[in-house]
Amino acid sequence: MNKITFKIFRFDKKTDYLPHYDTIQMEVNDGELVLDVMNRIKWEHDGSFSYRRSCRHGICGSCAVKVNGKGTLACKDRVRDLVKIYGTQLTIEPQDIKRAYKDMIIDKKNFWDKYNDVQPYLVADIDEFPKKENIVSTKQNEKIDEADYCIQCGVCFYSCPAVEVNEDFLGPASLVKAWRFNADIRDKAKEQRLDTVNDMGTGIWDCVKCNECAESCPKEINPINKITKLHNQVFEYGKAKNNVAVRHAVGFKWSIKKHGLLDEGELVKYSEGIPAVAKHIPEAVAMFKKGKIVMPWNMPKSKNLDEIKKLVDISSTTEF
Amino acid sequence: MKKLKYALYTGCTARESTPELLKSTMSIAKKLNIELVLLDEASCCGASHLQDFDDMLSLVLNARNICYAENLGLDMVTICNTCQLNTAMTKERLDNDEELKTKVNEKLKEVGLKYKGTSKVKHFLYALQDDYGYENIKSKVVRPLKDINVASFYGCHNLRPSGLYKENHENPYKPTSLDNLVLSLGGKAVEYESKNKCCGFHVELQNPKTANLLSGNAMSDAIDNDADIMVTPCPLCHLRMDVQQHNISRQMGRDINIPVLHLPQIVGIALGIDDKELGLHHNVTKVGIV
Repeated sequence: MNKITFKIFRFDKKTDYLPHYDTIQMEVNDGELVLDVMNRIKWEHDGSFSYRRSCRHGICGSCAVKVNGKGTLACKDRVRDLVKIYGTQLTIEPQDIKRAYKDMIIDKKNFWDKYNDVQPYLVADIDEFPKKENIVSTKQNEKIDEADYCIQCGVCFYSCPAVEVNEDFLGPASLVKAWRFNADIRDKAKEQRLDTVNDMGTGIWDCVKCNECAESCPKEINPINKITKLHNQVFEYGKAKNNVAVRHAVGFKWSIKKHGLLDEGELVKYSEGIPAVAKHIPEAVAMFKKGKIVMPWNMPKSKNLDEIKKLVDISSTTEF
Repeated sequence: MKKLKYALYTGCTARESTPELLKSTMSIAKKLNIELVLLDEASCCGASHLQDFDDMLSLVLNARNICYAENLGLDMVTICNTCQLNTAMTKERLDNDEELKTKVNEKLKEVGLKYKGTSKVKHFLYALQDDYGYENIKSKVVRPLKDINVASFYGCHNLRPSGLYKENHENPYKPTSLDNLVLSLGGKAVEYESKNKCCGFHVELQNPKTANLLSGNAMSDAIDNDADIMVTPCPLCHLRMDVQQHNISRQMGRDINIPVLHLPQIVGIALGIDDKELGLHHNVTKVGIV
């Protein structure tokens, strides 16, 4: 038994101007989940405390909250494990306090809108009276990976720092779903989905690569890995556009082939193109003054560069 | 104590835009009597962008880098979080997938190399924490960072995905390695929520607004919690937060002005190493603590 102090976010959009926090002390035993604590708060302390819950088995995806800022599926995370990280003062808040409706209940419209943007369903001509079974082999199914484990809990989405500062970004859950169907051999809308996820400002190129989605996903789906696969598929289907983000990815190959190391200045120039590169002049001048810019004639090269050139030639699998 | 020896994978920035990182790393290693053998043959890790374009090519190149450490019979240390991630991820995938390893080795064979999986790959921070020991560093401190509030900024790729880094005993939601290092150097560790957040470096070109807001939010948090300086083990975080302060300030609508140091720079200051050797003159935002 541990004595834990819980600070609970309370807000009712209908009546409150600002939220407040209730402080409740409770003895919590080792097996108790965050959901058990929320149930006890409602049953033992305040019947008006509101939160979503249903299955209690990590399937329905409705009980996600944040504990000390960490995205948490309440029916999966044990209080004991959170105490190990944060100590005995735990703050329970909704996934996004800006979208709070009542206590832990948020308006998840932004999550569902992004989700719907990627056609989150199978697009295929279905023969209603097939003469034989339409079999997908295990090997073919492997490509989907764990992408179909998603329970739409929103933990990755509301933990994503890119979503936090860029409300247009599709976010990890929606991109996982895009991969779920783009890896399905039966699906016929792959190109449309790639067009959607390939847009600048909203799609895969705006992922900041922080790996928080992989860390936070309660179903261990590794969303950023699926985002990488979508990047690869964009090139595979010839959908990559000649823009700054694509040139930035491709530029690494040319630089590595030439120097082994990355030619940083050349990469920025190649990615941005002229005249857009001009906007970097203030930083470039500041860096030059501090001896942070390597001149082309001093560009360092890896030793045994011939090996690298050969490996680039024989190992490349993608063209742009 | 047995002399520690590692193969050092510098990455690209330490040889170009953050020369102070390589200088300070080598000078503290010398002072601490740690031998670092430079892997001059290594190529760029692809920085998580080449991977988006050509996964196989990235695997082969990263495996080749590890081969050079293996051939020296040494563990590899990295000094860039993103190099660390891409190298460790390559190692994880090859060590757990014989078929993939064979495919990669078919390519490497063409240049006379073979990936075996015998060298560990860790960031220098964790070599200092787990192999050298902070107590040993503490005993060598001659100029403690007394009364200096240091905000540790961990950088994503040393922390996440944590499954790659089980040996580091670091919780990505409450990391301690850098804060404990600051304490062992005699400094004050600033508590702030953003220490494990993202600086936005990887979208700097295509979405500078996102990058500036992410760096700006983290730096504001550090400043609002009375940080005098920030420190990071990642040169990419450093390039954002040291070089881009004018753009970050403009995006945030407030003045963001704080010295940002590399991990080996603060260690070097506390060990009494000369400023020039630590490359403090290369930092764009003036470092006024020494």
